Amino acid sequence: MKIVVCIKQVPATNDAKIDPETKRIVREGMKAILNPFDTYAVEEAVQLRDRFGGEVISLSMGPPKAEASLRETISVGVNRGILLSDRAFGGSDTWATSYALAKAIEKIGDVDLVICGKQAIDGDTAQVGPGIAAHLDWLQATYVMAVEDATGNSIKVKRMHEDGYDICELPLPAVITVVKDINTPRIPSLKGRMASQKSEIPVWKPDDIGADTSKIGLDGSPTRVVKTQPPPPRHTSTKVIEGTSQECAASLLRELRLRSIV
Amino acid sequence: MIALNDTDRGLYRNIWVVAELLSGEIQPVTHELIGAARELADARKSEVWVIVMGSGIDKKADSLFAYGADTVLVVDDHRLSAFIDEVETSIMIRMIDKYKPELVICGATTRGRALIPRVAVKSNCGLTADCTGLSIDPENGDLLQTRPAFGGNIMATIRCSNHRPQMATVRPRVMKAPEPVEGRTGNIIKENMLESDADKIKTIIEVFHSPETAVNLADAEIIISGGRGMKGPEGFNVLKQFAARVGGAVGASRAAVDSGWIPYAHQVGQTGQTVQTKVYIACAISGQIQHLVGMQSCDLIIAIDKNPDTPMMQIADIAVVGDVFEILPEIIKEIPKL
Repeated sequence: MKIVVCIKQVPATNDAKIDPETKRIVREGMKAILNPFDTYAVEEAVQLRDRFGGEVISLSMGPPKAEASLRETISVGVNRGILLSDRAFGGSDTWATSYALAKAIEKIGDVDLVICGKQAIDGDTAQVGPGIAAHLDWLQATYVMAVEDATGNSIKVKRMHEDGYDICELPLPAVITVVKDINTPRIPSLKGRMASQKSEIPVWKPDDIGADTSKIGLDGSPTRVVKTQPPPPRHTSTKVIEGTSQECAASLLRELRLRSIV
Repeated sequence: MIALNDTDRGLYRNIWVVAELLSGEIQPVTHELIGAARELADARKSEVWVIVMGSGIDKKADSLFAYGADTVLVVDDHRLSAFIDEVETSIMIRMIDKYKPELVICGATTRGRALIPRVAVKSNCGLTADCTGLSIDPENGDLLQTRPAFGGNIMATIRCSNHRPQMATVRPRVMKAPEPVEGRTGNIIKENMLESDADKIKTIIEVFHSPETAVNLADAEIIISGGRGMKGPEGFNVLKQFAARVGGAVGASRAAVDSGWIPYAHQVGQTGQTVQTKVYIACAISGQIQHLVGMQSCDLIIAIDKNPDTPMMQIADIAVVGDVFEILPEIIKEIPKL
């Protein structure tokens, strides 16, 4: 089984500060991390390879420093990484991003399964996974909470829905996006860390994947961000309720009733 | 990409809503989206259409006129009882090609978020996820889409000038459903599912309706969440009682979920769900940043914690300093059962 796991490097929120005025997170100066949802995709890919044999390749599009996130995937068992990086890719929206990733997957060749995280924590769109499937014209399953089987030429998965779940079988090749429920990502081993440092990570440009340059970057993106602004501030003060438990309960109940919550 | 010229652009009219069905029932988010579509259609002097894909849904389509739909496009087929992304994509593309809507709005639900990105790519259209505001640029009729990014820390305005239809998803409860107008009618158009729509598809083996995983946090108006301070699975019982009394849902921090106290479907935050409810009550949740980005856009945040200095108590609108196990039961006593 040849598996491609698509990952994204995103700003970390771990050590974020809260702006005292707006009560919102200050985004400036954040470190970059592997998108937390992608860690489940990576783990699932590695587990499937270990069960059914084959190879796992991690693929990312981003600035040169995104290489660090690809190395991180190698430290937990991915065989090799590929980075799509070029100015021409800059400004890609989800349409153009999924196009570029799909072209790279075609270039890798003979891929059976693509695994993505549910969504990235910066954009939160959840659009790139299905977008890749659409560009490749492959089947898809999103919000996958378990891979039941992957023997033969199909994959059997459990999909999460608002009202429960279903089990479906997809002929391969296919694209799945996974949720946190699916596994517990492993901690890198010493051997893994060493392998990740030694691994060659090729950087592919639009020409390398045969991308139509009118379909990538800002020009290839049907949507355009025309304005960004901070959201309206939450509030300026916190109403503090203190006292005995009975007093607190009475005060809170009053607040809830005032707002017709109870 | 090939951009539209003005003549082509003129071919596209009307605002479409993709109906959300769960277990064969039309969901409230559909009514909310019809309300939003109605305002946009009035601004564009065009119609609101709702596309309903499902099995045995003929009768239910009628109910949509009361909320403001002018035309309901019904595709009723027994093969549409379970959600097959590829089939619904194929139908959507045929319908878009045939009727040329100017804008397609879909609920940002698990189904909507699976279906619409596929449709958008296949029909070369731009798509904006989780819009919280939709308006029309009076200059050229473009849709201006506002959406939060990075857990609500940035609001971005997005437009899609050169492609039609424009596409957007909106989360449940973000738009307000209009009051239904009894007796309001409209047109029904029936279209068939074709064999070719099911050319290359997955097989749905089994469908489970499970209350354990059926936690629709996005659909709740009130969420009461618990964190590590709930001490164990039993601790969540008091939250469940409160939620049952007020018709709310129970949420949880990652710490509580990772400890196995409550299933993942309840998790709010970066690796759980992002929620935007009217009321969020955080019980004994310290408020790690990863949790805050998942709930800080809620209208009213109430925190209950013994420790007054936690980040959650700082951002809350109302911070109650005390023991949730003593305070909450006192309140529950005072709330009549639903």
